[in-house]
Formats: sequence, C-alpha cells, structure tokens
Amino acid sequence: MYVAVKGGERAIENAHSWLAEERRGDVAVPELGIAQIREQMALAVNRVMAEGSLYDTDLAALAIKQARGDLIEAVFLIRAYRTTLPRFGASLPVDTGEMRCDRRISATFKDAPGGQVLGPTFDYTHRLLDFKLAADGEVPPAAQAKPQEGPVPHIAGFLNRDGLIQTEAPSDEAPPDLTRDPLEFPANRALRLQALTRGDEGFVLGLAYSTQRGYARNHAFVGELRIGRVAVEMELPELGLAIEIGEVELTECETVNQFAGSKTEPAQFTRGYGLVFGQTERKAISMALVDRALRWRELGEDNLAAPAQDEEFVLSHCDNIQATGFLEHIKLPHYVDFQSELELVRRLRADTEALHEAAE
Amino acid sequence: MDRRDWMGLLARAPADVLDRLWQGLGLAPAFEWLRPPEVGGVMVRGRTGATGAPFNLGEMTVTRCALVLESGTVGHGYVQGRNKQQAEKAALVDALMQEDAADRIRAALLEPLATQMQATQDRRAAKAAATKVEFFTLVRGED
Repeated sequence: MYVAVKGGERAIENAHSWLAEERRGDVAVPELGIAQIREQMALAVNRVMAEGSLYDTDLAALAIKQARGDLIEAVFLIRAYRTTLPRFGASLPVDTGEMRCDRRISATFKDAPGGQVLGPTFDYTHRLLDFKLAADGEVPPAAQAKPQEGPVPHIAGFLNRDGLIQTEAPSDEAPPDLTRDPLEFPANRALRLQALTRGDEGFVLGLAYSTQRGYARNHAFVGELRIGRVAVEMELPELGLAIEIGEVELTECETVNQFAGSKTEPAQFTRGYGLVFGQTERKAISMALVDRALRWRELGEDNLAAPAQDEEFVLSHCDNIQATGFLEHIKLPHYVDFQSELELVRRLRADTEALHEAAE
Repeated sequence: MDRRDWMGLLARAPADVLDRLWQGLGLAPAFEWLRPPEVGGVMVRGRTGATGAPFNLGEMTVTRCALVLESGTVGHGYVQGRNKQQAEKAALVDALMQEDAADRIRAALLEPLATQMQATQDRRAAKAAATKVEFFTLVRGED
C-alpha cells in the first residue's frame, strides 16, 4: 500500500518545468508540429490510436509529442482523454468487404479474385538504413495504374461456399463493452476481440509467436490481410436514418487454421480474426493468432495449458495501461509499508542474534 | 443526392475544402442553436470474421450540432473529429438543402466537394493498382 505524503510541491513544479524543457530539446533544432507527426510518424500515430482505443489522428499525434515519443505514455493520455468524451452511441458494424483497399494479400490463394495488392509495404525492402533520408530529399511521385473496379470479396467467402471453412454465425446481438463493465470470465469472443484489438502490440505479438513455436500450435495461414478505409455509419434516431459519420483506416487479418473434424462434423478449416485501427499489420496478424488459440473450448480442442489458451491470463495482462499503472505504482511512496517491514526484519535479526548468544 | 448522401459527404469532408467552398457561397443565414456543437465519441463496431457477431473495436471522435433557421427549417451536423466550425457549416448546409437554395448549394458546394473527395480516393486507388502483383509458384528442387 502506498500512502499520501505532503510536501514536495516546489520540487514537483520544478521537475515539470524541466520536463517541458527536455521535451523541447535543443531550441536550435526546429520544433516538431502536430501535422508533421501525423503525416511522417503515421505508424506510431496508428499504434497510439489502436491501443488508446480512440480514432483521432491529430489527438494521437499531440499525445506522442507530449509524451516525448513514449508510445505507452501517449496511449495513457489518449485513454484519459477518451473518458471525458460523452458517448453519442455505437456505429453499425463496419463492412470490411466494402473496404477501399490500399493493400490486400493472401498467403493461401495465389490467384485471389480481386488480386494481390502490395500497397505501401516494408515487405521486400532490404532493411538497410537509407542515408538519403538523413538529408532533405524530394520523393519521386508513386506510380499509378488504372484503378481496379468492382468489389474485392473476402477470401474466406470462397472457402465458405464449399463448406471447407467454419462459418461465422451472423448475429446482431449487442456486444459487451469492457469500457463500461469490468471484465468477467468466461469472456465471449466479442469481448476477447475488444480486449485484443486495444491490447499491447508487444504482448499480443509475443503470445502469437508462442503459438507458432508450439505452445498450442494451430497452424495458421494468413488467408487474407487487407488494409484500407471503410465508412462508419450510425443510426440517428432524431432523423430516423443511418448516415456516414466518417471513415477509418483499418487492418484486417483472417487466418485459415487446421481443424481435424470429428465424428459428427466433416474436416473443416477454422478461423482466427484480427481487426485493428490504422495500418497495424503486425498487430492484426498477432490478434488473429491469439483469437484462434483462445477458441480451443468452442472448437473442442484440448487445453494444453499454453499461455495463449488461457483467456484470463491473456485478457487480464494485455492492456498496457492497466499493466503500467500497477507496475509503476510501486515507485510511489510506500514508506509506511516499508517501515513496518523494516521493523520486522530488525526484530527477526535481533531474535536470531539473541538465540546465537544464548547458544554460546 | 439525398439527405443521407450530403450528410455523409459533409461528415467526411476535409475542413479546409468545406470552409473554402462555404466562403465562396457568401451566405450567412441567421439561425438559433437547438444543440450547440458538442464533441463526443462513437463506439465503432466490427464483425467477428467480417461477417459474424458484432464486437466493439474502439471509439472515434465526432462533433454534432443542430440548429434552426429563421424559416423554421432544422439542420443537423455530424462530422468526424473535433471541429465545431465544420459541424456548424454541415448543419447550415443540411438546413439550406431543404430550402429554395438547395440547387445552388448542390452545384456550388456539394458537387465540387464530392468531386474533390472522389479524386483523392481515385489517386490512392491508382497507386494501389500499380502495386498489384502476379505471383508464380516455382518448382522446388526436392521431390
């Protein structure tokens, strides 16, 4: 238990003003603008929006500036801001089948209808530092080609038609919301997906990797990965119609996984699902793998006691703001606790010494 | 273009473009607030496996307002983000689109706005199309 302490106001004030000065850095170097962060640190902005669970590029950029680039601190600022917003309602579920894709690839179908579109990817770059970026440089315009027309259907849809993959039961049931009600176990899949999409990228990545290395392995293929923009629609009761209230960039990953079938069911592929704000591909793939691992019970698989199968372990520890809060509180004054421990240790030592003396 | 279309267009409009087109109209209709601009959050939902049960993905910022013109026509503004001036303009356009000025606003504001937003989308689609690949599987050395 930490205790209230008094005093230190002057020192705290001075620490804050020094923090502001350190944040600014060398004044001979031009100050970063919010628009610069938004435009040129876009993937950091995306991560802060995803884990902050609030889609607003300018706010995420501001949070990154204020946090001096500490992304978890920036997520913390966004989460705190989010709690001050009145909730206008919930959107209709976004239709990712209508996504305007910047990127869309499949590792399972070479000739996916709608094509394989690489988009602005780091894949196939050589991961060599580019020293041209250290100097100011003009970027040549990106190549353009005739935009493709027509929809880009989900790959899972084709497998579904042949009954080769498990179907997702359509439903319009209102999902639970962990920002309104505390997590309870067992959690349904909707609640698990909400926790994972705002979970820490590093934590979710580590768990996903553990499934690949054999801790509840489920042989995932990336059936489809798509990144692009979708419209967000909401019903407005005052107008009696649903309108678009904006658009968000999303990354969606659908995995195709093994399934051995059973006495009653023919062999069929199963699925894992990842959907994350922004261009956040590593996170979306990780989310899909962990989602699939957590489904062991409903798919009649064995509990192998792997970390990624344990929903209480995964959901209770994937939130980096909860984790940070509890972890960092131990640096706050614990003087009373510590004082009592100190007393105890001293007494134990005195008792032992007395015993030794008596023995001699 | 029906009300659903123009409200959707105004919600997604880049603030600077909407501002420029609105200034170009030279209109300053008198109005009273029914609900002054207010910033809030909307919970965005997705579907499990893209087609299954809904789940909560995260929130987005939205600014909304409602106003009434002197004629009694009510306009609603819903825009993405936190720009109260943009919400006000969206609500004014929504109200005026229900009046005699509709044709003028459609021609001088909504259509150019739609054209410009479509052009931005098309440029992205053209860049994506240029990265479309055909993968060929190769015969591997093993049997």
